[in-house]
Order: sequence, then structure tokens, then C-alpha cells
Amino acid sequence: MNPFYKTLKQVSIFTQAGFPKLESLSDQLINLQESGVDFIEIGIPFSDPMADGPVIQHTSSIALENGMTLDLLFRQLTKVRDQITVPLVLMGYLNPVLQFGLGNFLGKCQELNIASLILPDLSYELYSARYAKVFQAYDVPLTFLITPATDDERVKKIATACRESFVYLVGQTSITGNGYLIDEAKQARYRELKALCGKTPLFLGFGIDSPQKRDQGFQECDGVIIGTAYLKSLAEGTSETFLENTIGLPTLIPPQKHR
Amino acid sequence: MKTVSYLETDTLGFYGDFGGAYVPELLRENVENLDRAFRSYCFTESFERDFTSLLNDYVGRPTPLYLAKRFSEKFGCPVYFKREDLCHTGAHKINNTIGQILLAKHMGKTDIVAETGAGQHGVATATVCALMGLNCIVYMGEKDIERQAPNVQRMKMLGAKVVPATSGSKTLKDATNEAIRHWINHTDAYYLIGSVVGPHPYPEMVAYFQSVISKEIGDQLIAKTGNRNPTKVIACVGGGSNAAGAFYHYYDQPEVELIAVEAAGLGIHSGKSAATSVLGSPGVLHGSFTLLMQDLGGQVIEPHSISAGLDYPGIGPLHAHTISTGRTKSFAVTDEEALEAALECSRLEGIIPALESAHALAVLHQIALTPNDCVIINLSGRGDKDMNTYQSEIQLQTDES
Repeated sequence: MNPFYKTLKQVSIFTQAGFPKLESLSDQLINLQESGVDFIEIGIPFSDPMADGPVIQHTSSIALENGMTLDLLFRQLTKVRDQITVPLVLMGYLNPVLQFGLGNFLGKCQELNIASLILPDLSYELYSARYAKVFQAYDVPLTFLITPATDDERVKKIATACRESFVYLVGQTSITGNGYLIDEAKQARYRELKALCGKTPLFLGFGIDSPQKRDQGFQECDGVIIGTAYLKSLAEGTSETFLENTIGLPTLIPPQKHR
Repeated sequence: MKTVSYLETDTLGFYGDFGGAYVPELLRENVENLDRAFRSYCFTESFERDFTSLLNDYVGRPTPLYLAKRFSEKFGCPVYFKREDLCHTGAHKINNTIGQILLAKHMGKTDIVAETGAGQHGVATATVCALMGLNCIVYMGEKDIERQAPNVQRMKMLGAKVVPATSGSKTLKDATNEAIRHWINHTDAYYLIGSVVGPHPYPEMVAYFQSVISKEIGDQLIAKTGNRNPTKVIACVGGGSNAAGAFYHYYDQPEVELIAVEAAGLGIHSGKSAATSVLGSPGVLHGSFTLLMQDLGGQVIEPHSISAGLDYPGIGPLHAHTISTGRTKSFAVTDEEALEAALECSRLEGIIPALESAHALAVLHQIALTPNDCVIINLSGRGDKDMNTYQSEIQLQTDES
């Protein structure tokens, strides 16, 4: 059963392990769950986050300065795991994962019941040719990114590969945190992509920074993923209000039945 | 049975275990378009003609292969310098930027983005952009902007916009991150990478454009000695573009020894070094799987070298492959040894080399040479840009002695 498959529209929050404080993760997970998020992405910090904007670059480097490592992240997760019921996703660049040892990493993820992994610099092609066997041995499903420019055939292949998790739609080709406009042309493409994904859920992210954007995301996709805007509110000490506004309030567009 | 060439990549862009295109989906289309354009255009007669004509008439190629007589006497065998320092803009970097700017024009691009460390690649990029009338943005680490003021001025005079990279360690690797981010945000821009690093097809492409160096060495050496092959080719390696160019036509000639010289900084194990092939381990940075300087957690370590062109935390995947298979031997030279070699070259040959090239020269003191040897040193750049460092460092040493 795919844990990301729901009939209602979903909101996911991306947070950074080790930010703002080394030990922040547990409290954040509990807090995010209580505020009503549907699933949580946990960012693994990396020294050279090439697809990230200034906010996540900053949170990532603070996390590293604080001393966050994958080893510590897994230990923190182990302690809090039985209090978390929403699906957990790990997201990070490939290098720290490879140094931890791909097998070790996947073994830990399996042990901790991680629902999916997002490794943005691991392309679908490299995964298929070089890494798929290891992932399948540990049965941890991967989530791949697509953009509006991803061609239709590739979207279908990716959606099939992600059938036990979801497809992550980067709404506009840009680094994280560039709050792009969602116009009709974009919505039309999102609609096509949603159809191409078939039964695999499709979530929109990389630029969702307001309840309005969230609602626009709800129009065609199964939900939205919010990272930069949440981390910014966390840094500014306004995360509670942010979460209330983003998750708590009823949506402007009534939830549609899952197609 | 046909032996696989060291230069051959598989369909995913791997040289043996190293290479590939580890890029997020956001860059997939860019990388694929680049690969298609490179393969369909850069092996045509029309490209060859334009490339060669610019290299000859604008860059000043072929660069001389100079028999360094006093060096030869000192080391007891013929030592030749391949004079890339005589290229327009002062280093081999422009061979690559000429090739890539022709490709960019062919692809209909008008905006060029590049990264630079010491500023040599930035200057070479700004130069060809001015030549072609294209817009040029160069990302440069904030620290490097301070350290390399003359090159910043040159880029600006050539019409380029120099943008400080303020993230991370504020040096070359961060400038590269920023250039990649710019490319993600502006998919219609052309990313003109400066070394044999980055996602496939960049390493292959940059090595190909730099291969003019070893092609000329072969032609010049046969004219001078009757033999196309030297016994040793020596080049310094930061990312490794001048080495890839100097080694290119010799990779599959096993009798030619290939020697890559890395920067040992204050000493290989001093914690202030850039000797990637010794200190590095396999990992992914800037889009390829290669040898990297990293900590146990997979975070990239900021390297150190007195030479700004060598303090990159990785090496190109072609070098990672040929070093790990034993085809290329790697040596490491300290800051101090490089300074001594720069002085030695200045005093014996009347050539002030770039600090990078001084590392290649210094290795002559580390290797065993016999009268039967014939050594080529790729003198990748001239020392003008390093005069500040030479002035402060060499002065200091004279005062001490």
C-alpha cells in the first residue's frame, strides 16, 4: 500500500536535520505531526547543495557547523521513531549517502521504516544502470524529480519507478526557494503531468511559499511540498503562525477526489 | 582483441568507474542538449576549420616546443617545455574557451556563464565572449576576488560581469556551485566550464578541446628528434585540463610515462593540501563521480595550495580513472618546492612560470631520470598573475637565508 496515496490533498514540510540546533529534529517532527502535515521530508545536510537557493544553503551549512552527520541523524530518528506516525522521507545529495555506504544507509532506512528517499543528483538513468539492485534489495522506494520540461515518455517511466512512493514535480526549472508564479500555462502542463503519472501521486514543490500557492498546487497535483518558506519562518521564529496558515486553515479550493 | 582506450566513455559517460552525469532533473535537458550539439557539431569540418583558424590566428598556436638547454644539462636528459604560457591571455585555458564558444554560438546561445578560481578561466571566457559579442557572467569566490584583483579588472575591462560567490568557503568550488545554480535558473544560458570536471559530456569535451596540446607535441617532437613519443610527459593537475590536453594522444601509448603533479600545499598530511589522488576517495561533486577530498561524512573539504589554480577538491574523472588504474602516476609538490622551481626556471631559462606550472617543473627533482629520457613539461601558464605571491614569498625566503 502506497503511504502517499490519499483521497485528500496533502501538505508536506521539508525540514533540515540539525537546524536550527543540533538536537532540533525530534521536537520538530513531533510539532509538524501535531500541526497536521501529511508527511515530512528530512533534509540531510551537504557542503555543496547545487540545486538549493540561499535559504537551504544556509540551513544546510548551519546544520553541518552544528555537527550534524548521517550517523547522528539516524540515532536521533531511532529515539523519536515510535512517536511519529506520518510517513517520513529522507532527502539529500548522493555523496554523504555513498560515504555512509549505500547498503548501510538503505539498511538503516528500512529499519526505521523510511517511506521514500529523494536523492536529487541521482538520475533515473544512473539509478537504473548502477544502483537499482541495491535499492531493491532493501526495498526502500525512491522518489524522482520531474519538471514541466521533462518529456512525456520519461515522466511515464519515472512514475512507474515511483509507484510505491510519489513523483516530485519541480514546478519551474529553478533552484529551491524561487517563488515562481503558477499561471494557466503551467497549470495546463501540471494537468498533463498528473495524467501521465497515472496512479502514482504527484506533489508540487520548490517554490510553494504561501497558502495561495498551496491552493494553486492543489488544483492539479495531489499536494504540495514546502521547504524554504518553512525554514525561513523557523529562522525568524514565526514557524507556528506559518504552519497554522499553511496547514491549519481550510483550503480555498475544495479537495477533489483522487483521480 | 581490441584494447579499450583510456579516453573511451560508456553510454552514461563513465571512464571505467568514474564520470557520469550526476545532475538533478533540472539540468537534464541542458546536459542532453549539450551532448547532442557537441557530438553533431564539434567533429565536423566546419568546426575544425573555425577552431583551427582561431587557435592559429587569435591564440597564437602552435605554441613552441622549446628544448630547455640549461634544464636539460642540469637534469641530464633532454627537457622540453610546451609553451602554453605563450597563448593569448597567458595560459592553456583559452584552447577550451575557443572550442566551447564556437559550440555555444552554434547552439544559438547569447548568455555565457562560467566559474573561475584564480581568474585565468574567467579571463579566457570573458575574452572569447568579447570576441563573439556574447554576454558574459563569471562567478568567482569572494575570497578569490580579493586575492586576484588584476584578473578581476581584466574580466571587467573585457566586458564581463563578475559576481562574487558568497556561499560556503567562498572559493572555486563555491563559484562552481553558483555557476551551476545560475544554469539551473537560466536554462537558455550556456555554461562554459573551465576544466575536465563536471557532468558528462564536459570532461570529454574539455579534454578534446585541450588535446591540441599533445597533438602539437607529437608533430613538433618528430620534427626535432625523429621520434613522436617522449619517455615522460609531465603536467600539473588541479581539475586537470592542461594535463588532459598534454596526455591526450599519449594515453594509449604505454611506453610514454604520464606524470600528474598535484599540489601538496604545506605537505600532503599537513591538513593544508590539495593532493586529491592521495587524500581523496571516490565521491560525487559538481555532477560527476570522481576522486574527492572529503571527510568521513562525505562533506567536501576545502583544499589548500599556494596556487589558486590547483586548490580544487576534486580531479577530473579521466584522471581519477587513469590514476587509479596506474596509467598515470601522481606526484605531489609542496608550496615551497613550487616556489623554488619557479625561481629555478626564471634563473635558468628566463621564463617566469605560473605557480601551477611551477609544480610540474618541481617534480623533476623527485623522479629518477637517465640520459635516455626525453621529458616534456607542459608549461601551462605564465607567471604574470602570480607576481604578488612571488614578490612576498620569494623575498621572504631570500631575507631568511
